[in-house]
Amino acid sequence: MDTSRSYLEPSSFSKKLAATIIIVYTVITLIPISWMVMTSFKNVNSAISYPPEVLFEPSLEGYVNLFTNRSRQSQEYLDSLPAPETWYEELVRSREMVITGPSKFLGRYSNSMIIGFGSTFASVFLGALAAYAFSRFRVPLKDDLLFFILSTRMFPPIAVAVPIFIMYRKLGLGDTHLGMIILYTVVNLSLAVWLLKGFMDEIPKEYEEAAMIDGYSRLQAFFKVVLPQAMTGIAATAIFCMIFSWNEYAFAVLLTQFNAQTAPPFIPTIIGEGGLDWPAIGAGTTLFLLPVMIFTIILRKHLLRGITFGAVRK
Amino acid sequence: MSKIKIVNLQKSFGDFTAVKNSNLTINDKEFFVLLGPSGCGKTTTLRMIAGLELPTSGEIYLGDEEVGMLRASERDIAFVFQLFALYPHMNVKNNLSFPLKMQGYTRSEIKTRVEEAAKLLRIDHILNSNISSLSGGDRQRVALGRALVRRPKAFLMDEPLGTLDAEFRELMCLELKKLHIDIGATTVYVTHDQLEAMSLADRIAVMDGGEILQADEPSVIYNKPATKFVASFIGSPGMNFISIDQGISNEQSTLNIEGTNFNIPKQYEISKGKKNSFGIRPENLSLTNEGGLKGSVFGVEYLGSRKIVTVKTNFGEIKVKTDISTSVKINENVQVKPSNDNIIIFDGETDKSLKSEFMN
Repeated sequence: MDTSRSYLEPSSFSKKLAATIIIVYTVITLIPISWMVMTSFKNVNSAISYPPEVLFEPSLEGYVNLFTNRSRQSQEYLDSLPAPETWYEELVRSREMVITGPSKFLGRYSNSMIIGFGSTFASVFLGALAAYAFSRFRVPLKDDLLFFILSTRMFPPIAVAVPIFIMYRKLGLGDTHLGMIILYTVVNLSLAVWLLKGFMDEIPKEYEEAAMIDGYSRLQAFFKVVLPQAMTGIAATAIFCMIFSWNEYAFAVLLTQFNAQTAPPFIPTIIGEGGLDWPAIGAGTTLFLLPVMIFTIILRKHLLRGITFGAVRK
Repeated sequence: MSKIKIVNLQKSFGDFTAVKNSNLTINDKEFFVLLGPSGCGKTTTLRMIAGLELPTSGEIYLGDEEVGMLRASERDIAFVFQLFALYPHMNVKNNLSFPLKMQGYTRSEIKTRVEEAAKLLRIDHILNSNISSLSGGDRQRVALGRALVRRPKAFLMDEPLGTLDAEFRELMCLELKKLHIDIGATTVYVTHDQLEAMSLADRIAVMDGGEILQADEPSVIYNKPATKFVASFIGSPGMNFISIDQGISNEQSTLNIEGTNFNIPKQYEISKGKKNSFGIRPENLSLTNEGGLKGSVFGVEYLGSRKIVTVKTNFGEIKVKTDISTSVKINENVQVKPSNDNIIIFDGETDKSLKSEFMN
């Protein structure tokens, strides 16, 4: 009998099976995303050709179209212009167009950044304070309050779109960054409180007691001792909050038009000549994907690290 | 360093009273142990002295200052937790300097003090290590170091050796005692382990059910317990009790049990009722052929230097510590009698020991 293998260790067959399932799942998940990235590098014609082209000549036309506004000009007019100075001008001219200015994409993209990171920070910060209080203090009606907080997630947020729309109009919060940050924070806060409370409960209260005896106030102890140890929970919560507010579409369509419009409602409206400009849309969504991806990769090491790394014996 | 005094201290959690009307004075530079079974209120008392719990009523004096309602951070005491509570996201050096940073010391002062404490505790070689890489004993030393860098008015320790294994606990016990002698700090130490208490303490307070039953030197606690609980809790095995259905009168010096007269120390106190108990430690009993309580051998435990013989009598099981040379067989008929007059009569109504020539 082979005794070299531990019985806790899965057999090589189950390992292979697990790997196969994961690979198949990953490929299926990646198909739409890779199609999107491929589309962003196609030109307008190959993007909508039938049958779809898997092999194609890559072009940056989509990205150029995403960042610029263009207008079609006659060949005579184009000939009268001085030679194009940059590669993208040349690309645009080859389509018999000239660049008339930058598109709104960068503005929308930075709106998404401000609102996404702003509301994520606010949700995690307020959530951590609330979770700490729920975890440590004798809050009257604690269980009812926690249930009430959770109950705000029992209906789809868009169900309250009309009252919020009217409220925001009256308060002058419509189409403002602050308004969107508040809205996304409110939606995310219940999740943040619940997730973080679990992590706070895991941190022994002796740590902040020790800090208080060492001369720190409770708030100082919270920031210096509790928060660093809750980093795992904070990272996980921040990722969830970020993904929600970054991707949110319905409220963004409803409540923002100019100043505070985020990228999701903007990207699908990129219209070229004779319909939607698919390569530009592909380019927009590809770029839109990057921040969440980078954010998750940065925080990943916190997600994988243990909660308390051995300073307390259990 | 200063003395600690608690006056009429009481703590209730809802309907439950954790500490009842307690009074204690802990002298300057004293190693004082709060001893008792779990749930007796010893930790709550310590946490009230530390400022981690606020008393329901009563006063706590640290030196001459009443600190009962002050925050922990305003009391200038140090606390060593059972689970050490070292900050896991800092290395040893930062753990040690953490209390000093709050008090506005300069960088060089902090460095000197940390190094001083590290040297004293022999942890100077691990100052840059992570907490997670330390052994239990080193963590214990770091926890002690964090307590003593600040030179606080008093050290409070909540079962600091509780999580160490037996061998290490003995070593740390010795180190703690030596450290206490070296720095002469007022120390309040909570434990449920009587051996730890006996070996460390200048004085011990035995607690049960939120009350302080007796506070005295270890030898007095052992030999002259104030209540039946103290007598049974201290000592391994604990004191033997024989119920007697007779009152005790003043000047009484013999007691008739099952038709045999036993000499007892001359009593100076009258018992309240007729149900009392006769207490004697196993080492003050001997096995005999006549003139004792009749019984049969129920069990023999061999302890190396001594034997413990359990004798089944009409009054329940009685444990006798005998010489190693004593040879008895299970079920053999023997008699048990006191070998000296270290005998205490406990009042059946109050559970307190009655005053006598021995218990004076």
